[in-house]
This record gives sequence, structure tokens and C-alpha cells, in this order.
Amino acid sequence: MRDVSVVGFAQRQMREFDGSPNCVELLVPVLGELWEQTGWSKTDIGFWCSGSSDYLAGRSFSFVTAIDALGAVPPISESHVEMDAAWALYEAWLKIQTGEADSALVYGFGKSSASPLRRTLALQLDPYTVTPLWPDTVSIAALQARLGLDQGAWDEKALAEVAARSRSAAVDNEYAIRKGATSVDDVLAQPLFADPLRRWDCAPVTDGAAGMIIAATDAPLFDRVRERSAAITGFAHHTDASSLGLRDLLRAPSAAAAAQAAGVSDGAAIDVAELHAPFSHQELILRRELGLGDDTEINPSGGALAANPMFSAGLVRIGEAAARVWSGRARTALAHATSGPALQQNLVCVLEGAS
Amino acid sequence: MSKQRAAVIGVGQTHYRAKRPDVSMPGLLREAIDRALEDAGMTFADIDAVVVGKAPDLFEGVMMPELFLAESIGAVGKPLLRVHTAGSVGGSTAIVAASLVQSGVHKRVLTVAYEKQSESNAMWALSVPVPFTMPVHAGAGGYFAPHVRAYIRRSGAPSEVGAMVAAKDRQNALRNPYAHLHNEGTTVETVLASQMLWDPVRYDETCPSSDGACAMVIAAEDVVETRGVEAPAWIHGQVMRSEPLAYSERDQVNPRAGRDAAAYLWKQVGITDPLEEIDCAEIYVPFSWFEPMWMENLGFAAEGEGWKLTERGVTALDGSLPVNMSGGVLSSNPIGASGMIRFAEAALQVRGRAGEHQVDGARRALGHAYGGGSQFFAMWVVGSEKPTN
Repeated sequence: MRDVSVVGFAQRQMREFDGSPNCVELLVPVLGELWEQTGWSKTDIGFWCSGSSDYLAGRSFSFVTAIDALGAVPPISESHVEMDAAWALYEAWLKIQTGEADSALVYGFGKSSASPLRRTLALQLDPYTVTPLWPDTVSIAALQARLGLDQGAWDEKALAEVAARSRSAAVDNEYAIRKGATSVDDVLAQPLFADPLRRWDCAPVTDGAAGMIIAATDAPLFDRVRERSAAITGFAHHTDASSLGLRDLLRAPSAAAAAQAAGVSDGAAIDVAELHAPFSHQELILRRELGLGDDTEINPSGGALAANPMFSAGLVRIGEAAARVWSGRARTALAHATSGPALQQNLVCVLEGAS
Repeated sequence: MSKQRAAVIGVGQTHYRAKRPDVSMPGLLREAIDRALEDAGMTFADIDAVVVGKAPDLFEGVMMPELFLAESIGAVGKPLLRVHTAGSVGGSTAIVAASLVQSGVHKRVLTVAYEKQSESNAMWALSVPVPFTMPVHAGAGGYFAPHVRAYIRRSGAPSEVGAMVAAKDRQNALRNPYAHLHNEGTTVETVLASQMLWDPVRYDETCPSSDGACAMVIAAEDVVETRGVEAPAWIHGQVMRSEPLAYSERDQVNPRAGRDAAAYLWKQVGITDPLEEIDCAEIYVPFSWFEPMWMENLGFAAEGEGWKLTERGVTALDGSLPVNMSGGVLSSNPIGASGMIRFAEAALQVRGRAGEHQVDGARRALGHAYGGGSQFFAMWVVGSEKPTN
């Protein structure tokens, strides 16, 4: 495969974005920050790809307006996935692998606060037999958490540990919207929100956007990159069934398969993992499926429990992992993204620092 | 690392209809997928990854339907991607599926695009009011009619050219068992006599609203060879180009994104005279006049000259560059699939598998799709011979 590196990353996360659902106003400064980081301009980008959702924006073709943020001419080589931008990054990485582009700019955006998110996401379920019952995201997650408690896969304290660690880690993250030094007892003292989950066990509704630039290291323009880069050494994604009754909700086989396809072997030396787990117990599932040991630092950014901007939160995990590699805090970092009900779809991206 | 060669080895389509109340969405997709797999001599077990495309989720009222479709389209335990690039999505989806093979990541990829418009209301889905954006309350026809008027004024084309395109495509559709509209006896005169909808676009010059799906199996060169595939459609080149909906001096009649895309494609494939070197083309013509408009945009004719190709019969099934042999978007339009149908019909032609609407000796064919306000373009060239580039 062609060697590709992450050379720029920018993000914005907030409780409520006071702007249009297509987030053009939010994307413009994100792109500006990317140009500043890389010293590149629009003409240095060979391929563009974005991730977003029409249902989140409440209109058709929401991404069409988003390209207004990119500038008018010349026309660009561009694509869009109705998925988290982490999958847009995957499409961009493919494009570079084919040799049709040497560099790509990827972005994702979403205004989750524009609708009752947990109810909107019920529209992702089987429209004939499940959606008419309107099972919302939080309730589905609570059922999953209850199953784990009943079967002894985890206990209340284990969930509280995830929430406490995430909130505490997020203190250093300027983009986190839920943070604060928190102990396990602090979490357990909170009232139940969706039994057995507490509010702090559930990702906050978050608006936001994120952008990333990747480039092939064999391309001439790569020489103009300002120092920092994080090499993508593994990249894969897999899908499980949607039907909640047809799968073991305590497992996420697609996460394990993605990790394997991305070249992560059991007990591999991973310094930092940024996991996209919108609920505490889902982090526990993912750690097991990804084979992460105790010597891997989990979610130094605070993860999705600190901020979870729909359709960019997965790309944010990859960006946060890249930032740890850039700073030298991690030599090898694993980033994960999820989509669909109860961890249906999972993506793994492995990043390494220059040796 | 260079691009790996890839070829279409299976094509499957549903019969396109106004409404398919007899099947669910999974059932509709499976009709196309099962036919594509059978054509490729494969089963789900042979497939490495699945790429799904469709236009806005509001068209069926399901958010990211590929998630609930995963089981029925054989994607469980595999990578699943969902592409959405407006009306060009069927083409873009095929290009993303091809890139999974061309990148060397996978060997056998299944791609499917669909729309089941009868489960929602496309006119409503397209008309949600958006602040600071021009409303499309009259649907796509109302949006594009002014561009057609501008084209006629600029080019001085005779007013019946649109009807000639419509009569040709509807006649071609009679040879295609999958086409939605089988309107016997459609002539230039009957088209001209049909109701005016959005002046100058008449009822018979307008695409229908269809339910349907189209699927393809794309395979790597070594798979094609070891399986001894008889008639692969080799992918010679592909391109996507986008531009914003509105900017100063934007030409919506002959958009730069389309011109740039075509120029890039011809260069990539090594074509200097497309009219001479392309044997037939399936291009995205939802309203009749877009045939001459796109003939110019694609470089088959000089600016202002596209209508002459239609008038001279060059684009007829027995012309030197047949266009929309299948009956085109004018005869079948499951929006999210319409682009993929163009790409798949191009593949069928070079495989010699287009049945009654086969162009004799087609060796190199163009598949074309566009979307948004003539902003998003996706194209590919497929050939019966391996590409040399």
C-alpha cells in the first residue's frame, strides 16, 4: 500500500451551534486552521470527501450547500458519504491508494441540537417493524447495558469508572463540552437517567465540525509539510447486523474484524486508543473486541462522553489520536469510529509516528 | 504503486415501475443483487465488500437505510460504505466501488444503488424550505427549465429538438424489458402535442418517478482471469467533479465542472476525438433538452452545436454515436439508481449483453451522471479490451 500520513486536523465542538444546519459558518474557520497548519491551499488538495446526514439537517442534499465553504473555482474532485467523516477519510485514503490523488481534505459536520437526537436516530432502524415503535438511542443503549449487568459482563462500578475517567481527562480538552475532575463515587451519586445509565454514561448532544488533511508521503507536496505527520499503518471497517434481536449485544464482532483487518494483533503495543463509545459500557465492549490491554491509555481527549458531534465524532477520534502521535506522547495510536444502533458498524485506524 | 485494473463482471437490474408495493426495500435490492451475482457466477460468499448508493434519505423516510439493509444485502461481516452525492450518486457509487478494487484493498466488490420513491414523496423531500437558498418548490423540472430556455436562445436550436430526443429515448425503451415507460407509438408529433409542464419542457419530455435498483459486481484483473470471465467490461477511466450551486458568472447551461470532468476523462483514457472514439453513450438526461446540452458539455460537439447531432440522427440507435440506448432517464428514473443504470448500461454494451438495444460492435462506452443544480458530475469509460493506460 502507499504510505499516507495525517498532516492536519482541526475541530469545533459545542453544545449548541447558533448557525445553519449545514454548518458552512463552522467549516470555514476549520478549513482556515487546516491551511494554517499545513501551509497548503486549495490547489494542493487532490481529493475532497465529507460525511454528514440529511436527517440531522432536516433537509435533502445538506452537503450540497456545505461545499460553499470550499470556494468556487476550479471545480474539485469531490465525494460524500452519508456516514461519519471517519468513513469519508477511508474513501479519501482509497483514492490516494489508486494513485488518482496525492492528498485529500476530509470534513464532517452536524447540528445534533436541531432535533431530539435520540428520537431522530430511531429512523435508522428497520422502517417496517422497528421504527414504528420508536425505540430511541438512549433506551437501546440502556437495554444493552442492562444485559451486561444481568450477565455479569460488567458492574455499575465499571461503568462509573469509564464516566469518571472520561470527564476527568476532558479537563485538558478545550473542545470538550462535558468535563470536570470526577471520582467514581461522584458518578454513582448521580441519579439514573435511563436505568441503568446515568447522564454521564451517555454522550452529550453535541454540535460540531472537523476537518483533516492526509497526504501520500511519496508525493512531492509532502516535502512541504510542516514537520508533523502521523502515518496511517492500518485502516479498515466492518459491519454487523442491524437487527437487535439477531446479534449478541455484548459483542461487536465488526470491531474485532476491523482491528484484525487493520493489522492490530492481540497484545499489540498501542500507546493510546481513542474509542468512539457514546455510552460507558460500549467502551468496555470495544476494549475487549479490540484486544486493548491495561498499558494502553484510553481516550485522553475524554472521548465521546465529553463531546459527540454526530458525523464528525469518529473523525475527531482519528484527529485526537494523530495529535498524540504528533506530540510524541504516543508512538502508536489506535482510533476507532462507530455508526448505527448499538455499535453496529465499526472502523479502526492505526497511526504511527515517524521512527 | 499504480492503479490495479478492474472490470464489471456482473450486472443486475429490477424492472423499473412507478410503484413496487409487492416488495420491501430489502426485496427490491435483492432482485437487482441476485441478478448481478448470478451474472457474475458468484454468491455472497465471494464478495469482499459492499458499496451502497442512493439519493436523499428523505425519499424513503429512513435515515441511513444501508444500516437496516446490511443483512439482506449480504454486508454483515464485511465492509459497508454508503455514498450520497445527489443525482450523480449512482455513478459516484460505482466509482467508489471500483476504487476499492483499483486500490488493491479488495478483489470482488458488490455495489448497488436504488430508490423506492413510492415509499415517500420526492416532491416534498426536495421542497423543504431552507433559509437563504433558492426554493425548489416546483421540483427539479421547475429548476432546470430556465437553463433549457437559455440553451435554446444561445444555440438557436429548432424548438422540436427536445421532442426528437424524447421520441428517440421512448422508442429505445421499447427494446429494454427493464424500462419503466413502454409508451408505444411515441413520435415527435405526439411529444409536441403533450401537456406543457415547465415551458419549454413538456410532459413527454420529462423523466418518470420510479422504484428500482441496479447492482454490479466489480472484480480485480486476476479474478477476471482465473475465473475465465467471458465478457468483462474493463474500466478504462473515471472521474468526479463538483462545483458550488451558485457563484458569480457560473454557467449552469454548460457547467465548468462537467467540462473539466470530461476533459480529464478523455485525457486519462487517451481519447482525442470522443465523437469518433466512443461507440455509444448512456448520459443522464432527465429532461429531453439535456441531451444536446450534455453533448456540448462532454465535448462531443462544439458549443451551440449539440442539437445538430440529435437532429441529424447521430444519437439514434442506428447513428454513429447512439445515446441512451436503454431509453435513458427519460424512460426510467429511480433517482439514486439512475446514475448507476447509466454506468451499468455502458458496461452491458461493451460486454455485448444489451439484448435488443445492443449497439453492434460497441467496444468503448461512456456512462455519465450529474446531480444537484448541474453541479456534481460522475463519469466512466468502459471497454471490451483491457486498458493500456
